[in-house]
Amino acid sequence: MDTVLFIIFAIVAIVAGFNVVLQRHPISSALSLVGVMGSLAVLYLLLGAEFMAMAQMIVYGGAVMVLFIFVIMLLNAGAEKPSSKAWFAQIAGLPLLLAFIATLGFLIYSALPGLRAVEFGSWTMGTAEEIGKLLFTQYLLPFEVISVLILIAILGAVVLALKEID
Amino acid sequence: MHFSPVPLSWYLTLSAILFVLGVAGFIYRKSVITVFLSIELMLNGVNLTFIAFSYQLHRIDGHIYSLFVMVVAAAEAAVGLAIILTVFKNRGTLQIDEVDTLKL
Repeated sequence: MDTVLFIIFAIVAIVAGFNVVLQRHPISSALSLVGVMGSLAVLYLLLGAEFMAMAQMIVYGGAVMVLFIFVIMLLNAGAEKPSSKAWFAQIAGLPLLLAFIATLGFLIYSALPGLRAVEFGSWTMGTAEEIGKLLFTQYLLPFEVISVLILIAILGAVVLALKEID
Repeated sequence: MHFSPVPLSWYLTLSAILFVLGVAGFIYRKSVITVFLSIELMLNGVNLTFIAFSYQLHRIDGHIYSLFVMVVAAAEAAVGLAIILTVFKNRGTLQIDEVDTLKL
């Protein structure tokens, strides 16, 4: 059952990921990215990260993607015009990417011995309670710093959106 | 119902594939919004790695880091989209190779 669920949602994530990269129209890319995020939320749930799965759906699948789609619709962004790519990217881009993923695969399969097998329900520490306990004790300072970061980001977004540049 | 376990390396491979797809989109696409979406794809791949290793070590520190990545991504999306709006207002284009004032 775990394997079936993993394979279904991994395939959805990869196909939607390819769709993000290959679609010409930004709105299609954005909607495919929602698919990636939804299937990743299911995979988080399989890994026992129930709080992160919910946060993924609400923050990423909800808030961030709504922001993206809002901007795409506001700018009325049409299909991307094809343009010439740099000669380096044309010649070496694909081989370098394949070499990169081959390196990552080699690292995962040879340099990481003793990886566990993931069984749904065998580890259930990822609840809101446990994360809250850790976040407000050991990680209190990073939490405060990141709240300041959010505040600065809000102010920055407002300033940038109101600014008149000529 | 029989639950058969999945090797953790499959999750790591999936996150590597998503990260590389994000890199490909970042390099090859010319629309600034799609480039931005590719960055989000990369961040999602990294988040999956954090949560997979959190399972491996049976500690929830990885979830906290993943939460921080999510927060930074949200902040980055807000500022980045404001920058895109400003560029579009001033240039009237979303193609990254048409915004080349800094180029010699």
